[in-house]
Amino acid sequence: MKAHDLAELAIRNLRESVLRNSLTTVGISVGVASLVAMLSLGIGLQQMATRRLVKSGLFDTVMVTSRRDLRNFNRNEDGASPDPAQSPVLDEPARQKIERLPNVVEAYPDLRFITSFTFDDKPHLTMVAGIPSSYKTNDAFDGMQGSFFSSDMAPEIILQKTFAAELLGKTPKPGSEEAPVAELAKPLLGKEISMRYAERVDVPASQSNPNGNASNTPPDSIDAATYSIQSHELKLKIVGVTDLDPDSMRGAARARVLLPLKLVQSLHVVQPNALRDTTQAASKTPTYSTVSVRVKDPARIQGVEDAVKKMGFNTFSMLDATRSLRRFFAVLDIFLGIFGSLALAVASIGIINTLVMAILERRREIGIMKAIGASDVDVQKLFFAEAGVMGLLGGALGVALGWMIGRLINLGTNVYLRSQDLTPEQIWFVPWWLVGFAILFAIIVSLLSGLYPAARAARLDPVQALRYE
Amino acid sequence: MMTASPHSNGSASSNAIRTENVCRHYVMGESTIRAVDGISVDVPSGEFVALLGTSGSGKSSLLNLIAGLDRPTSGAVIVEGKNLAAMSRQALAQHRLRTVGMVFQSFNLIPSMTVIENVELPLRFAEVERSQRDTLAREALDRVGLGRRLQHRPSELSGGEQQRTALARALINKPKLLLADEPTGNLDSRTGTEIMNLIREVNESLGMTVVMVTHERALAGQYAQRMIFLADGKLVDDQPNPASAAASLPGDRA
Repeated sequence: MKAHDLAELAIRNLRESVLRNSLTTVGISVGVASLVAMLSLGIGLQQMATRRLVKSGLFDTVMVTSRRDLRNFNRNEDGASPDPAQSPVLDEPARQKIERLPNVVEAYPDLRFITSFTFDDKPHLTMVAGIPSSYKTNDAFDGMQGSFFSSDMAPEIILQKTFAAELLGKTPKPGSEEAPVAELAKPLLGKEISMRYAERVDVPASQSNPNGNASNTPPDSIDAATYSIQSHELKLKIVGVTDLDPDSMRGAARARVLLPLKLVQSLHVVQPNALRDTTQAASKTPTYSTVSVRVKDPARIQGVEDAVKKMGFNTFSMLDATRSLRRFFAVLDIFLGIFGSLALAVASIGIINTLVMAILERRREIGIMKAIGASDVDVQKLFFAEAGVMGLLGGALGVALGWMIGRLINLGTNVYLRSQDLTPEQIWFVPWWLVGFAILFAIIVSLLSGLYPAARAARLDPVQALRYE
Repeated sequence: MMTASPHSNGSASSNAIRTENVCRHYVMGESTIRAVDGISVDVPSGEFVALLGTSGSGKSSLLNLIAGLDRPTSGAVIVEGKNLAAMSRQALAQHRLRTVGMVFQSFNLIPSMTVIENVELPLRFAEVERSQRDTLAREALDRVGLGRRLQHRPSELSGGEQQRTALARALINKPKLLLADEPTGNLDSRTGTEIMNLIREVNESLGMTVVMVTHERALAGQYAQRMIFLADGKLVDDQPNPASAAASLPGDRA
């Protein structure tokens, strides 16, 4: 029989007992819907988590610290590490060396300090960080009001939303609604803010100390840094207010005020590690507590980390965290898929039942078709086609139903998230491949269910089928 | 082969059906039912044969063997030169599709299909193009005198109209043999006569071999050229019917 004849006869037969076949088809569609809903929930959650991590900007970043800081990110490395005193200093030449490693986009010092700002004659204390100009393309600045720094040395400043609110005296009380960024930015953009900072002024080691403490300086301290500290004040222009936290991975140490990196470098602000320089052999060039290394592609992180470790520094990246995250989502998808498939398995039993019933009911009809020339294969194909049509209809209906369920989940969650003062998220996502896969899967399951009934119908003995009942 | 060919060609064209000691036994628990028990007959091409016997004599079983609906337990059934006993299931389906056409006592139309759909159903199995199917079906229905009510379902037709539909369906693939199993059994005598006249016309004008199963001696005597009597699965009598020659005269029907 030709395919279109087969399809026509199959649809005709399905319409003959429309109620039973509709119910079976609805059964399939409920199965497909549950599968689609479960899988798209898994996919949506994964996308949401990945989106957050990518936006954090640390997905492709390795943080490098000196072992001299005796500060390890990874406790397991403690024993294996060489003596901290023998470790190299994380200074400007070391930074340049790291930057020249393959697959490294840039390596910039992580300069941050706590200082006080004066705005409207009121002091505010917060963490300041210097950010390189490459941050301009970071997703974290997507929702920023105003503009990025006009140049690397511009005396300009970008405020994090919460600090902007603090300056305006609009810090939200716990539980109340946060003010939108645009509203906070309007009175601040273009305004001046003054920043106090402590400059480190290096004093040549050979120069005698003006305070007359020269006798206290041991003769072997030639290599150690000697410096004085001068207090300065700098006027900065507010150019941007950002909604997202580009620095969120740092927890409590995150900066709420951002300055151009080159500007911060030129200010020679005293860094926490400066104190150590007075007691340890120090390099003549600036030293850093942390250098952030941006890698071309998250997949290259491991190689860069290994290369930097070989140089004698400590490293930390999000790689391990994301690896376990991916594993978690793979397992989650499998479990959601299995639970979704259970309903489809029940539906496939429904198909078998319906078709076996149809054979009993249409016994005579099968006998007639065989008597007038239908082959076993024709009869088998016809039952197969009926199963396939039910699968196709059930699959299409199921995808639509699953999509609707997902929309409802999305709607419900977002209403809940809003009531909890959280930003709405798309936690449910149906990619096109899932639509195709679900329909195909429904057809395959239906055909497999049709296997036994079709074979049984094909084997039916026409003489017995035509005998009077 | 070369010397035998003119001879075998002649015998193939003269014998539409040949059974050689054919048996069909059913095993029912402990006992064996010998529905057909060693029957050998030759039916020449174009002959109208009646198979007569009481209920359970094996006449329908023999017809089913010739139709290729069933296989013999032993012996050979040769139809149009091919031994059905040696055929695959697929080949038997082709035999039922193209070589034989069947009509039944209970019409055996598919209730969910209209008249014309029922008639063209064998064409679907024969993979005939949709455009040709309608023309062929209307031709066949014309032949059996059913030009109207083509879009009706069988349940909306009279018995005579249903049997005409079944006859049109049997003829649609232009088979060599028409096999009829009690074709008038469910009809009143007037419509029965109409159907029998149609079958005789098919036999005469198309030269189609007809094998009809019936238990009515009178009916067989009126239409068949030859009568074969069966009892308990065995052939008990095989005689030509001299009356049929007179009955088939065109003047008789007018």
